[in-house]
Amino acid sequence: MTAIPTSAPRPRRIAGTPGQIALALAIAAFLLMFLVLPVATVIYVAFTEKGTSTFTLVNFYDFVRTELFMRSLWNSFYVSAMSVVWASVFALPLAYLTTRFVFRGAAIVQTLGFLPLIMPPFVGAVAMQLFFGRNGSINLLLDDWFGFKIDFMEGLNGVIFVQSVHYFPFILINLSAALRNVDRAMEEAAQNLGSSGFRLFRRIVFPLAMPGYLAGASLVFVKVFDDLATPLLLNVKDMLAPQAYLRVTSIGIADPMGYVISVVLIIASVLAMWLSARALKGRDYATTQRGGGGLAKRVMTPMEAVFGYGIVILILALVLAPHLGLLLLSFATIWSFSPLPDAYTIAHYGRVFGESSVYIKNTLIYATIAGGIDVVLGVAIAYLVLRTKLIGREWLDWMATAALAIPGVVLGIGYLRTFYGITLPDGTPLAALWITIVMALAIRRLPYALRACYAALQQISVSLEEAAENLGATKARTVRRIVVPLMAGGILAGFVTSFSTAAVELSATLMLVQSNSDAPLAYGLYVFMQSAAGRGPGAALGVVAVILVAACTFLSHLIIERSQKAKGMGH
Amino acid sequence: MNATVSLTTPAVAVDIEGVNLSYGTNHVLKDVNLAIKPGEFFAFLGPSGCGKTTLLRLIAGFNHAGTGEVRIGGKPITDLPPWKRDVGMVFQSYALWPHMTVRRNVAFGLEERGVKRAEVERRVEAALGLVGLAHLAERRPSQLSGGQQQRVAVARTVAVEPKVLLLDEPLSNLDAKMRLQVRRELRDLQQRLGLTTIFVTHDQEEANTICDRIAVMNDGIVQQVGTPMDLYERPANLFVAGFLGTANILSGKLAGSGGTRVFEIEGGTRVPVPSEAIVPEGAKLVFRPQHASLGDAGPAGDEMLALPCTVANREFLGASVRYGVRIGTTEVAVDVPFQSGSGLFEVGSGATLRLSPHALLWLAA
Repeated sequence: MTAIPTSAPRPRRIAGTPGQIALALAIAAFLLMFLVLPVATVIYVAFTEKGTSTFTLVNFYDFVRTELFMRSLWNSFYVSAMSVVWASVFALPLAYLTTRFVFRGAAIVQTLGFLPLIMPPFVGAVAMQLFFGRNGSINLLLDDWFGFKIDFMEGLNGVIFVQSVHYFPFILINLSAALRNVDRAMEEAAQNLGSSGFRLFRRIVFPLAMPGYLAGASLVFVKVFDDLATPLLLNVKDMLAPQAYLRVTSIGIADPMGYVISVVLIIASVLAMWLSARALKGRDYATTQRGGGGLAKRVMTPMEAVFGYGIVILILALVLAPHLGLLLLSFATIWSFSPLPDAYTIAHYGRVFGESSVYIKNTLIYATIAGGIDVVLGVAIAYLVLRTKLIGREWLDWMATAALAIPGVVLGIGYLRTFYGITLPDGTPLAALWITIVMALAIRRLPYALRACYAALQQISVSLEEAAENLGATKARTVRRIVVPLMAGGILAGFVTSFSTAAVELSATLMLVQSNSDAPLAYGLYVFMQSAAGRGPGAALGVVAVILVAACTFLSHLIIERSQKAKGMGH
Repeated sequence: MNATVSLTTPAVAVDIEGVNLSYGTNHVLKDVNLAIKPGEFFAFLGPSGCGKTTLLRLIAGFNHAGTGEVRIGGKPITDLPPWKRDVGMVFQSYALWPHMTVRRNVAFGLEERGVKRAEVERRVEAALGLVGLAHLAERRPSQLSGGQQQRVAVARTVAVEPKVLLLDEPLSNLDAKMRLQVRRELRDLQQRLGLTTIFVTHDQEEANTICDRIAVMNDGIVQQVGTPMDLYERPANLFVAGFLGTANILSGKLAGSGGTRVFEIEGGTRVPVPSEAIVPEGAKLVFRPQHASLGDAGPAGDEMLALPCTVANREFLGASVRYGVRIGTTEVAVDVPFQSGSGLFEVGSGATLRLSPHALLWLAA
């Protein structure tokens, strides 16, 4: 309990205590090593002549001149934009109906709406092919009854369909929150001035909720643009992320095109985020005032109710189809050219828990370490930024958050290139170690954990810490006894977010897995799903993944709720 | 409130010398000098933004003076971090830790000081007994009422037996009824512990009723230090006069000299200035509403001043009637005791404002 001296002669508090400075430097070193260096390497390689260090733009010239790359760029853009459109089509009615009307089961709709997120999109892809593919259940039935088929899953359509079903919750979450934050008085003022019905919604309610929609939509765009595994699994290769992966894995780590594509991916991500941030600037419309109660909820007429519930059930059936399909597949012996499987078995699960249990074990280890790293960094960065006056502390926040703009495949390529050159004493390259996978996962999930920690710390009144110092606790003791216990809920939320998304992440890790024994669950899934015979066990593994993530999420929910109740901070 | 807590250390003085504090170009505290006596209940009183809380936090170690020194019991503490200062602070929001029970909250400071467990328990009991909350020790702060939370905050602070007790607007989060009760309790407790206590408030009534002495602050400057009665009777300047109680302020200028000085109020009315009165440069004429009376229009007798005026408005306050009367272009307030049956002056009618020359003050800004 040595007091950290802050007694340097005045003017004081220009820098921090030695402990704070050391902590900041350690975090900076970590971020430089595992985020900045790999990304910088990728950019450097893209702008230099192959094998030399001469600056050149010829790689980009090659990119523009190659028809395949330009088509991939356009396809990636088209798929992302269309995914946003379809995700909006799914999310808008759900958000609107559950927040604007007295809607039985609104809580269930909102909860089920999040379900797609806890399964990697590429896992859903296989199940969706069984339902919606050319010879899937729906098309077989359509053909039987009406004599035609719909190309839900052909080429880019398949990617769009899978991605929009998977990512629409981002729009649903943000839009619902924004709608709930619109003060009732906003609506009543408009009604008082003679506006009503759809006009009222279009002119007042939706514009006020627009920032929430944009935030969700831009997130969907970026996620789809960066996703690697879904197009690969659907055998769509002419998109940017798959091209980057294929160049590096099939042509080689020295080929500059993979790096050029990576730079294009980064630019597209940054651009999309910048545009949405610009559109959102100065439009923080959280209008709920004290005593205000969110949107007025209306009771539906019987006709409206039939229509409303019909739409909601249809959408939910659609978005839950992948889960149902996966479950059926995991128990199916053979499922081909028939609406439902021919017979059922539990043999796939036996195989998963037998020979494939290493995937599950690895995933638990990797995701736990990655989540742990994320919350430790998250708490430390949040504390340094919000509670100290350390010079340059915002840079830590910016650096960590910048990971958002780095697509997984880019990080993977960067790790390969950077850490292959660094070898351990016994000659193994750093890139071949499983810990590299963990670092990639940790960096990828850090922004989310950081936001959770940030929010948690922001909610703690500074006077609670001052009271502890006033009663004799040093800064370090105050952090241990007051700050961290009070942040526990937020820390746990951050950990679970990191853990559960890291458990199903593939974009960055696909390239970094060197041997099956080091592979995480998502990689195992990917390998299984590539062969027809592996689909059964693959589906079983997918079900295990979904249950794993769902159980963790539920558990953390329980813990958070209980701790809040104990603290009396709930409601 | 029955348990006995005795302080082993005698009360100490708090000296503040030449303290200046700026945030960027914003000069928040300007050359503050205060000598607070051992065992005194002392108030920092002033409007919001006057620097009173900044000064309190400076004593606690959360703000840092640009220049100047703070001494507690004669020892400089300027370079000590908050956790080594031994000044107990009760926060405006109480700052009770929601993840700990009342008992753990109160025990915190003792644990941080490495006090033995049995001793911690004993002193927690004593501190809670002191504020009459021993029966609520296992509750969480959120399960307590505002008044109870306030008492826990006090118990938590006095449990560590600080040298000085700092109270940051401790009554502001209570409803009007609780405020009166807690006010008395605080005064009681302070007297029993004999602890040097500094109390920050913007409410003159709070400061007047419980404090021995008050430092009135405005704009980062200590305007005047004195007992509540001193400040009311002999305000040092226009700000203090206006901040403590209601004051009528008439602008004008001084004419003549020696025993024949006259203060000419804007509008032409002339008021003779007593020869012993000190009239500072740029002074205005100040008097309290209850020191004036109203009479029918006409010449005044004896030595009372008589100023012709017009009744502009009237408010019935129960025990008295407050008239707003116009002298020239300035409106002043006059409180007249209410007696049933006695006539009231009608709005718009003429009257005479009567004032004893001894009730007049000439004050500058």
